[in-house]
Amino acid sequence: MENAIPKLSAEAIPERRSPTVETIRRLFRHRSAQVGMILLAFMILIAIFAPVIAPYDPVAILKEETRRSAPCIHLLGCPQEQTQHLMGIDGNSRDLFSRVIYGSRLSLQIGFVTITFAIIIGGIIGALAGFIGGWLDNILMRLMDVLLAFPSLLLAIAIVAVLGPGLRNALLAIGIVSIPIYARIVRASVLSVKELDFVSASRALGASKLQLLLTKVMPNALTPLIVRGTLGIATAILDAAGLSFLGLGAEKPIPEWGLMLGEERNSIFNAPHLVFFPGLAIMILVLSFNLLGDGLRDALDPRLAQNRSK
Amino acid sequence: MLQFVTRRLLLLLPVFIGILLVTFVIVRLIPGDPCSVMLGERATPEKCEAFKERFGLNDNIVVQIVRYMVNIAQGDFGTSLRFGRPVVDVIAERLPMTFELTIGAMIFSTTFGILLGLVSALKRNTVIDVTTMIGANIGISMPVFWLGLMLAYVFALVFKDTFLYIPPSGRLTSGISLPSLATLWGLSDLQGLPKFLLGLVSNSTILNSLLTANFLMLRDALWHLILPSLAVGTIPLAVIARMTRSSLLDILGQDYIRTARAKGLIERLVIARHAMRNAWIPIVTIIGLETGQLLAGAVLTETVFALPGVGTALKDAILARDYPVVQGLTVVIAITFVVANLLVDISYAYLDPRIRLE
Repeated sequence: MENAIPKLSAEAIPERRSPTVETIRRLFRHRSAQVGMILLAFMILIAIFAPVIAPYDPVAILKEETRRSAPCIHLLGCPQEQTQHLMGIDGNSRDLFSRVIYGSRLSLQIGFVTITFAIIIGGIIGALAGFIGGWLDNILMRLMDVLLAFPSLLLAIAIVAVLGPGLRNALLAIGIVSIPIYARIVRASVLSVKELDFVSASRALGASKLQLLLTKVMPNALTPLIVRGTLGIATAILDAAGLSFLGLGAEKPIPEWGLMLGEERNSIFNAPHLVFFPGLAIMILVLSFNLLGDGLRDALDPRLAQNRSK
Repeated sequence: MLQFVTRRLLLLLPVFIGILLVTFVIVRLIPGDPCSVMLGERATPEKCEAFKERFGLNDNIVVQIVRYMVNIAQGDFGTSLRFGRPVVDVIAERLPMTFELTIGAMIFSTTFGILLGLVSALKRNTVIDVTTMIGANIGISMPVFWLGLMLAYVFALVFKDTFLYIPPSGRLTSGISLPSLATLWGLSDLQGLPKFLLGLVSNSTILNSLLTANFLMLRDALWHLILPSLAVGTIPLAVIARMTRSSLLDILGQDYIRTARAKGLIERLVIARHAMRNAWIPIVTIIGLETGQLLAGAVLTETVFALPGVGTALKDAILARDYPVVQGLTVVIAITFVVANLLVDISYAYLDPRIRLE
């Protein structure tokens, strides 16, 4: 009697890949992440090559053009003798297409700058609260709770009220109201890691708190920080556009999408294109970050993804 | 249940104190001398001294904080620098509009959000499901003021002269004005809280028209509320639809659902009695969190539709540097948000008896 063990063919043994490679593979297979990455890459390319793509200077006033005239696209039958303006002319006789193109630079910067600021400050607060604990933890985290008790945009508006309108102050305000989420994430991962054996071991070996934070805690906090950060960028861009729309953010003649919408909101009935295109641009950029954030969450935490698709 | 509610109410106290502290600090952080900030160009040293004396700015900071809190607890939010009238009156005048808008948007977003989420969970991976989820992703990415402007364009201009026409701005058709209930009912000499509450009711177009049985005005008011509510409600609608879908899908995979089906229960009852009852909790959480989004959306959307609410008042106050009004409105909005979340907590306890015992 032959008790043959079937031979495993080489293909049957699953190839072992590093977790990072696995994550990236999952991300690239994720449908909404794919769409998000394509949209985002598109927007980043536009931002980088803005001077090449934009036919006019975004703040240049084109004296020969009629204010708020409709888009003129040669391919769509606009007479050749007229100059081509893909998105028309705005209320100050500027080329809207060029302004929308340049606006992508600003909005991307707004998103990254505010969230980087919030993650750094929030990280410091969370780390202090988690490591030192006691009364400091209590004070810092109660302060974060109170900040979360305000609807974020309204708190940002109140902060702008104090600092005075302007793009820099608006960014600072949005950064401040985004801090609590990241502080909570970092604190939670400090607390969950602090008492584990491998951390005690490296502390016994003489690692400083800063070393512990950077080598043991941060890698654990990275996943939620990346996911929340990506979604946070989307919110920050929307909030910044909202502040500029109200006249509390970017100031004229900066080509900021929210401001462009705000400036032309009263011409919605006679020149709807001036409102439509900047808003569409905001939507595409925000959508790309939202989709990418969803994809990252599923890719970085596969257990969650399996649950969701059940 | 009563014990649970009491405990929750007591927990609100520190949050309220925190909100007041933050708003107090925010206004104190205004760069420059409070007197020159508040009085502007007219500030002379003598006027400054009188001003500081009058508002107690020479006192100890702790005394000032306590006085600020006590004043607000008594309903004294200070005086508007621009209009010279109590901030409470501004609140009573503007808050009803924002409430009406928020509630209208909430009704729209929860009804359709839950409905769409339910349908896409039950018809998973069909055209309806995919369309709803794509729509939901786009919905959460739109700037609310842009959506408002686009809706105004479509319904007021494209559908002009059809039955779909909806007015794009204002609270009432011009020519209709809101009667003051205080004058109407001879209650003009009310003071304090009753006066504030009557003001709220009187300035709420819907309540006012109901109480005075003015149904033409009611119709007009609701008609004007449609577009802003759609605009403000769309983002929360998308979020609620996504949440309903995913939480229902989670539950439909549970063993007790299989049991319910196996024992021959008709599908409608499986969904209604077994699945939805458990799906409510995450949905209610999201609705509570979205209240903040609704309030913020209302603030942005009021500007688009020229509605006399808190948002427009806040914006005007900021641009006019009318700090007492900014402070008062911020406090009121934050408190509204906190109370909405309290209601959510209480409804958990109602939906899930286990929570009451924790």
